[in-house]
Formats: sequence, structure tokens, C-alpha cells
Amino acid sequence: MRDSMEFDVVIVGAGPAGLSTACRLMQQAQEAEKELTVCVVEKGSEVGAHILSGAVFETRALDELFPNWKELGAPLNTAVTEDEVYLLKDAEKGTRIPNALVPKTMHNQGNYIISLGNLCRWLAEQAESLGVEVFPGFAASEILYNEDGSVKGIATGDMGVTADGEQGANYTPGMELHAKYTLFSEGCRGHLGKELIARYKLDSQSDCQHYGLGIKELWDIPAEQHQPGLVVHGTGWPLDKDTSGGFFLYHTDNNQVVVGQIVDLNYANPYLSPFDELQRLKHHPVLARHLQGGKRVSYGARAIAKGGYNSLPKMTFPGGLLVGCDAGTLNFSKIKGSHTAMKSGMLAAEAIFQALVNGDEGGNELVAYTDLFESSWLYDELFRSRNFGPAMHKLGHWLGGAFNYVDQNWFGGRIPVTLRDNHPDHEQLKPASSYQPIIYPKPDGKLSFDKLSSVFLSNTNHEEDQPCHLQLENADIPLQQNLVKFAEPAQRYCPAGVYEVIEEEEGERFQINAQNCLHCKTCDIKDPPQNITWVTPEGMGGPNYPNM
Amino acid sequence: MAILIIAEHDNSTLKSATLNTVTAACQMGDELHLLVAGEGCAAVAEAAASVAGVSKVLLADNAAYGRQLAENLSLLIAELGKDYSHVVAPATTTGKNVMPRVAALLDVGQISDIIAVEAADTFQRPIYAGNAIATVQSLDSIKVITVRGTAFDAAASTGSSASVDSVSPAHDAGTSAFVSEEMAKSDRPELTAASVVVSGGRGLGNGENFALLESLADKLGGAVGASRAAVDAGFVPNDMQVGQTGKIVAPDIYFAVGISGAIQHLAGMKDSKVIVAINKDEEAPIFQVADYSLVADLFEAVPELESKL
Amino acid sequence: MKVLVAVKRVIDYNVKVRVKPDNSDVDLANVKMALNPFCEIAVEEAVRLKESGAASEVVVVSIGPKACQEQIRTALALGADRGIQIETEELPESLNVAKLLAKVVEEEQPGLVILGKQSIDADNNQTGQMLGALLNRPQGTFASEVKIDGDSVNVTREVDGGLQTLNLKLPAIVTTDLRLNEPRYAKLPDIMKAKRKPLDVKTPADLGVELKNHTRLLKVSAPAERQAGIRVASVDELIDKLKNEAKVL
Repeated sequence: MRDSMEFDVVIVGAGPAGLSTACRLMQQAQEAEKELTVCVVEKGSEVGAHILSGAVFETRALDELFPNWKELGAPLNTAVTEDEVYLLKDAEKGTRIPNALVPKTMHNQGNYIISLGNLCRWLAEQAESLGVEVFPGFAASEILYNEDGSVKGIATGDMGVTADGEQGANYTPGMELHAKYTLFSEGCRGHLGKELIARYKLDSQSDCQHYGLGIKELWDIPAEQHQPGLVVHGTGWPLDKDTSGGFFLYHTDNNQVVVGQIVDLNYANPYLSPFDELQRLKHHPVLARHLQGGKRVSYGARAIAKGGYNSLPKMTFPGGLLVGCDAGTLNFSKIKGSHTAMKSGMLAAEAIFQALVNGDEGGNELVAYTDLFESSWLYDELFRSRNFGPAMHKLGHWLGGAFNYVDQNWFGGRIPVTLRDNHPDHEQLKPASSYQPIIYPKPDGKLSFDKLSSVFLSNTNHEEDQPCHLQLENADIPLQQNLVKFAEPAQRYCPAGVYEVIEEEEGERFQINAQNCLHCKTCDIKDPPQNITWVTPEGMGGPNYPNM
Repeated sequence: MAILIIAEHDNSTLKSATLNTVTAACQMGDELHLLVAGEGCAAVAEAAASVAGVSKVLLADNAAYGRQLAENLSLLIAELGKDYSHVVAPATTTGKNVMPRVAALLDVGQISDIIAVEAADTFQRPIYAGNAIATVQSLDSIKVITVRGTAFDAAASTGSSASVDSVSPAHDAGTSAFVSEEMAKSDRPELTAASVVVSGGRGLGNGENFALLESLADKLGGAVGASRAAVDAGFVPNDMQVGQTGKIVAPDIYFAVGISGAIQHLAGMKDSKVIVAINKDEEAPIFQVADYSLVADLFEAVPELESKL
Repeated sequence: MKVLVAVKRVIDYNVKVRVKPDNSDVDLANVKMALNPFCEIAVEEAVRLKESGAASEVVVVSIGPKACQEQIRTALALGADRGIQIETEELPESLNVAKLLAKVVEEEQPGLVILGKQSIDADNNQTGQMLGALLNRPQGTFASEVKIDGDSVNVTREVDGGLQTLNLKLPAIVTTDLRLNEPRYAKLPDIMKAKRKPLDVKTPADLGVELKNHTRLLKVSAPAERQAGIRVASVDELIDKLKNEAKVL
């Protein structure tokens, strides 16, 4: 039997959205001198362990949440000093785009280069000092429902279950956390969020969600190459004309640089490997000059929800709310989701607190949230950017870029058309027979590396003896369908080497190295027949990102 | 001032770890004294007297030291150690057990598990499970040190004819007593303690083929390990896994057979003295760290190797 | 019988350490820290002794900056009854730690002190033994089994080549090895309760201990990377090299 605990609000996921919700709830409770019990569960071993983002950070939401964030020691240490945007033509050439021609949303004056993981660590400290219970190492594995169909809370996963599903020596059953309102802020493609969207048909009025896969590395570089505050973005090579995406390279503090690439997951070529695209990209002179002589210190990957306004599902349902990237509040025209996630959480906190103050006993649909959202700057910002992604998808780099320049710089995002893209990313792969395999260059061990040495730097690990958290609905599909038709793309889209097709004497075997998993969710998104379901492994498992 | 070395023995034979410790001590000073403390251990003292570089052997033959009980031995060593510049022991479970007590009794720090001597007071030692190397200077007048045997060559066991002096103090703290011991009797040594490890990877193809490695290991008195890929493929049980999430080994010879050599595997065996890689894939990353690389079909090379040894 | 457990806050065992570019130390900024695994086993053993009725109270002590209270709370969530933090700016050396612990032992008079055999950062393997010497108490290091037997304890130790069992008169010191037990998972309600369990903060001055440096850290470097050796053409050449060049056969 599972034990249960009661809270006013339970929050799933200690990212910027969840922690901002928690802080805002408690601030209101303190102002109103009301008792409020709020708990945050986080599957990572500590707050920040699973957080990975660029990140250039816009302070708008933080300014509202903690106007004195500087005094409170928020880790915003590097103000952006310069923006560079490049279009790479090939492995050698790249053109810098004059700032005047760059869409306004891509200008970063006033923003900060941060580690989002460290910001979350700080937000968790603020939350705890406001009285929030933060529980890292506990994965919300299951949604609990009331008899009337409303959300009752969540259950944390059992610990100490063996690979065969038996109770091991240190088996500890999960815990039911009941709440008046449960807030889901798992980040992009949260596995409970996915269940909620399906159960309550939250996406019936919106376009399908679109995703990108972001892969990021952190580098120590020689001091003489370091230009703190420099922000470099670009697109083009090595992605082919049918694949959209772009790279980022930021100079942070302490002689460090972050570099990464986002590849849109609507790509068509099953031979594409986002990991290897980043590895060869780093050899381009525009990037290599920043990295040469340096040493890579960390690696990680995370999918992002980039559909924006058009893809945003309904965020309310009986007994709870879906916020941040779990819903999809990222503003892709800025390539920023942190300030929007935070704001969505703060608005949720206001809706929830208002209801509780008015004696609400929970389980209702907080329609007030929708009103708060629609009258906020968040809604305005997302609405104005609604065409940015679809323009890139439908029109390509050049025309799409031109459209976005006109839309963002001349019309302020209010161009009177709405471009739509309603093809799910997993349906976009074309058969392997229409392509030649891509031969990626061998890593040189200086700028580029193999996949397993990269995963090593993510500090990921999962307790060995536990059920596989990457579930196949039909175990035959990888070899019988995916391998035949798409040369099993999981081997390449997974940035952690989780999926392998192994040639053996008796034939091929599909292997899942679940221990390597970085919790990026790409498999759950991109598998063509949607046969892979990512569920939470035992709490504490997954990457341990420092400073990411 | 002279250096006092604590001999590792079982009352009948001098253990080889002592010889590596003598080599390390040689780099700290010239005059080396070797303490043999035990019960009925005169033969050990005799062997100790011929170890190259040793000028004097101190023999403390008393029932209180028969089982190397730390409570008793530390009192003896601390009393003798007052007159030495260094007190040095092998970083075996015996040395690790006794020496910190000695240091505390002398009111000095201890420098554990050194792998290099930079100066008489400055040493290198691994920290963070060998993922970093610290260079540490002792600020104490008496340096209490344990030595990682594999980092130093063995001193010659002959060549000297040191005097053997009996030392009298018999310390019995009376607080601890030996009850029993159970030494591993397995035909094959334990993986982490073996001086030879033969490991197989996915290249073995199945669990039955590990028999090839077992017979090679038996011939060399070694243990059999495996890569995670071989464990994940179900060839062998998880307790044979060498690597980041398995066991960490550092044998004299490590044979990597049919192992590609992912960094996660290297993390478990990179401190081996000599690495031999046998793999048919010329590009296998294991060849980038192996001392001796043989590009060959393991199903031919391993039996040939075994037959010719 | 009261059991005292000493615990240390260290880098999480899953995190790869990285040496700072200036070789001054390893970089611990914003990395995940945790209860030293051997200390976690020590806590578990103490809690099991209490659950079996052999111990009446489990007191956990840690030494270091305020952050180590987090690890004390973890131990409290696992079942320890109360905590003591000895506040120091930096992590003191083993002998200083042993001296501080000796003072705590004098105050608390535990029948058994359980420590991890070593911390996974400094890898010294010293503190328990030093504490034993300072208190003139017997020690059972590298324990894989601990059995209280009246006024003594039988400790089975993992020694080179096998196992050794010693009988120690209480009060005694035990240091844990990996196979002693498999620690439990903390439960959410216990984590909440742990926040309300008593935690005293003391300073070395309160205990009358003056910290003294016995060593100076000159440099921390990354271990030398292995270089590729040579290709041998045949099994015969391999055997020849192993015998005559590497001299390992």
C-alpha cells in the first residue's frame, strides 16, 4: 500500500516554470498571511541536474518575480555585449549577417548569458526559504484522478524494483501526493503532460506540437580567446536545405564557452544524426576559432517544444494546469523559453492562489488562468511570434528568414496572416531508400568526439537493476518496420547512444542501453510509428549536469 | 635520520608489497630500516635482511603482533617511529589499518597511497578514485606514508646482508582479539585483486565463447572480466563488468578481447600496467590506449596465445 | 547503547571530476554533492542496529561549512535521531577531523562510532583509525559484517585475499566497506520529519580543538592519458613483447 500526503499545491518538475510557480504562490500567501502547503517533486538527483538550456536569458519575468534578484545573488553574471549572426554556406565559408537585417527578436541587448541549471538551483533556494518543500530525486511517475475525472495528484515512482519487475532488497513503494491543484511543469514532452493532453484533449483546438533537439557542450577555452558576453548564432551548413535548425555559441564567465545546435525534428532524411551534425559543425572556422585549444567539460541534450502560439494546447483541466515547455510556451523567434516558462508559472500561481483564497476546495478547471494568460505580455509575445517557425518550415532558411525579417521588424509580429504547419514531426521521415547514408567525418578528439565519450561527460547514470524506462509498445517494430523502411533512425537521432541495432550471427538485434539516457525525449517524439514511450526511471537517475 | 619501513608478511614469508615499498623509501632517504613485527617470524626477518638497500632489520617477535592487530602494532611502531624521519608501509589492508593510528599517536598527518616521490617531503597521490593526482607536501617532522605497490618497481630481494636486531617492547592493548579468517580459495582470483585480467566484449558473440577467455585466464592465473556491452547482451553476469558502472581493476596485464573500448570501459581499467588489445576492427578505440595491439580474429588468436604460453 | 556516525559531504559518485585549468584543485562549482557512499552505509548500519534493539540512539555528526547540514539532514531522513554540525570554513585534514570527533565522543559517550572507511574525494582512509588511536579504542576497519555481542562486537573485515573476523571490546570504532549493507531509500515523509529533528551547531573552539595543517596541497593535475603503444603482427610477437619488453609474463 502506498502512503499519501496532502498539499494545497503539488508541482511536478523543478525547472523555471515549476519553481516560479512555487515562489509566486508563497509570495502571495505571505502577503495575504495565509497558510499554504506547496511541494515540488523533481526526478533529477538535485535541482538543476536535468536542466539544459543555451542560455541567453531575458529578465522580464525574473524582474517581476524577484525585483531585487541582484541583491539576492541570482546567478546572472554575464551581460550580453555583442550579437553576431552567421549564415554558413559550406564547411569553410560563412557570412555574417549585418545586425540591421537580423529579425529584432534575435537581438540580445539587455539579456544575460546564464546557466539555466544554476538559475534553477538559485530559484529552489528562494522557494525553500519561502517555505516550499522541494524534493529532488523523486520522479512523478503517475497521475492520480478523482472519481469525477479531475486530477487528484501524482504518485512518485517505486524505488528498488528490479529489472524483472520484482521487489528488490531495498524496495520502497512510491508515495501518493494529493493536492487541491496539481501543476505540471515537466518541460518539453513531459510524459505526464503527454497523458494529460491526450486524456483531456487539450490539443483539439491547436496545431500539432513541433520540436527541435538541442545538443549542448560546455568548453574551457584559453583566456586570450575569451570574449565574455559575446553571443553568436547562425544557421545553414552542415544541415541540408531540407533540414532547419541553427547553432549557438556563447561566451560565459570563467573562460568558458557554450556551443550547441538545434536541429528541428521534422527533418526528413533518416540517415541524419543531430549529434554528428554538431560534431562536424564545430570544425567550421566561425566556431572553431572560439574553441581551438580548449577542452570540452560537459555535454548534454534536450528536446525543445517550438510550435509556439499555434501549437499551444489548452493549459487548464479539472484539478490542474500545464505550464512552461510541458505546454509549449517557448518563443522560438527569440529561441528563448525560460522567461516565458517562468511567466506562465507565475500566472498559474496567481490563478491557483486566487481560487484557494476564495475557498476553492480544488478539482476545478481554473478558467481564470486563461484570462490571466490572454491579458499578459506572454500571450502578446507568443502571438507575435506565431509565424516564425512555420515560415522557416514552409519557406526554408532564405525565404523564411526574409519573411521573419519583414514580419518581426516591419510589422512587429502582427503581419495579418497566420502560417500553419500541422504535420507532426514523426511523420516527416522519408524512406531510407530515397537517400544515401551520410558519411560523417571521424572525430579528431580535439574539436569533435564520439558519442559515448560525450555521454560520459553528462554524468548520466541509472540504477542498473530496474525496469527499462524506454518502453516499446511492440518489440518487433524496430527491426521489422523501422529498420527496413528507415534504417532504424533511433540509432542516429538519439544523442546518447541508447538505441543500437547489433549485427549478430543469428541476425540483427535491437538493443536499448537505457542507462545512457539523457532524458531528452527525442525518441518519444521522433519514432515514426510512435512505438517508443519514455516513462520516468527510478528517481535520481539521469544526467547530473553541472553549470548547464 | 633513517627511514622505518613496515614489512608486510604472514609470519613465514615476506610479502612482495614490501619490496615495492623499499623502492619508494629509497627515494626519500638513504638509510632504510625494516621492521618485522609478528609472532614466530624469524624467517621473515632473515629474508628482510637480504633485501637490497636495507641496512638494518628490527625484529619484534611477540604474540601480541601475531595477527597484526592495529591496536598493538601501532603502539610499537609509534614508539620506534619517534626516532625516524619517515615511517613507511605498503598500502595493503594491513598498512591502511595500522598506519593512521601510528600517525595519530605521533600527532602527525598521514600521506596515503603515494604513487611518486618528488622530494623527501613531497609526494604524488591519486584522489577522486584516480581521476586526479594531488602533489602534497608534508609539514610534519615525521612523515607517515603508505605506498601504492603497483606504482613502484620491486627492490631486489637479495644483495644485502643487514643486521637483525631484536626489539623488545611488547604492547598489548588488550582491546581486540582475532577470531577467524576465511581466505578466498577460488581457483580463479577475484577480479579486482587479480594480477592478470582477461576481459571479453561484444566481439565474443555469445556467453559460451567466454570459455576461451576462461582457459587463457586459468593458464595465467588470472580472472575473467567483461565489458558492459557483453553484460547488456546477456553473455555474462553483471558482477563481471569492468568499467565506469562496474569494477575498477588495475592488474599487471589486462587483455581486452573483442572490446571496442568505449570510454566507460576505459574508466575501469586504464590504470592497468600493460594493456593488450585483440580486436579484428582496426579502428577500435581500444587500440588508442593499448600498449600492444593485435588486429586479429579473436577466435584464432586467443587459442593460439593460450597454446604458446 | 548510543551510536555515533560521522558523515562527509562529497562530490556525487556519478559526477566526473574536472581539474581546474590552473591546477589548483578540482572544480566543484555547482556540481552535485552527496553523502559519501561509505558514510551512507555507516548510517544504514547504525539505523539497523537501532531497529534491532542493539542501539538506543543514533547521532550523526559532520564537519564543514553550512552546506554539510544537507548531508546531516539526509542521514536524519534515513533514520538517525539527531545531528551535530561542527562548522569550519574548509574541510579539515583527517587528524583534525579525528580530534574534533574525539571531543564529540567524550561528550556523547557512544558505545560504537561508525564511519565510512574513506571518502571518495580525498581517498585517505585514515579518520576512523586515527580516532581509534586518539581514544585508545579498538577498531574494526573495512567492515562487511557487524554483530554486537554483549559488551563486545564481532567485526568481519574485508582484507587482502579474504575476510578476517575480530572481536573488539566496546566502546569501539567501526569503518564500513561497500558490502556491509545496501542503504535504504529515504521516504518523503521522513525527509520532511528530518527537517524538524534537532541539529546542533558547534565550532572547533567550542570543542577546544585548534586546527593545524599537516600538509600543503601544491598541485592537482589530471592523470596522464594513456598513449597508444605498438601494433604487433602476430601472437608470437605479442608473447615476445610481453616477456622481454614489458616483462609481465
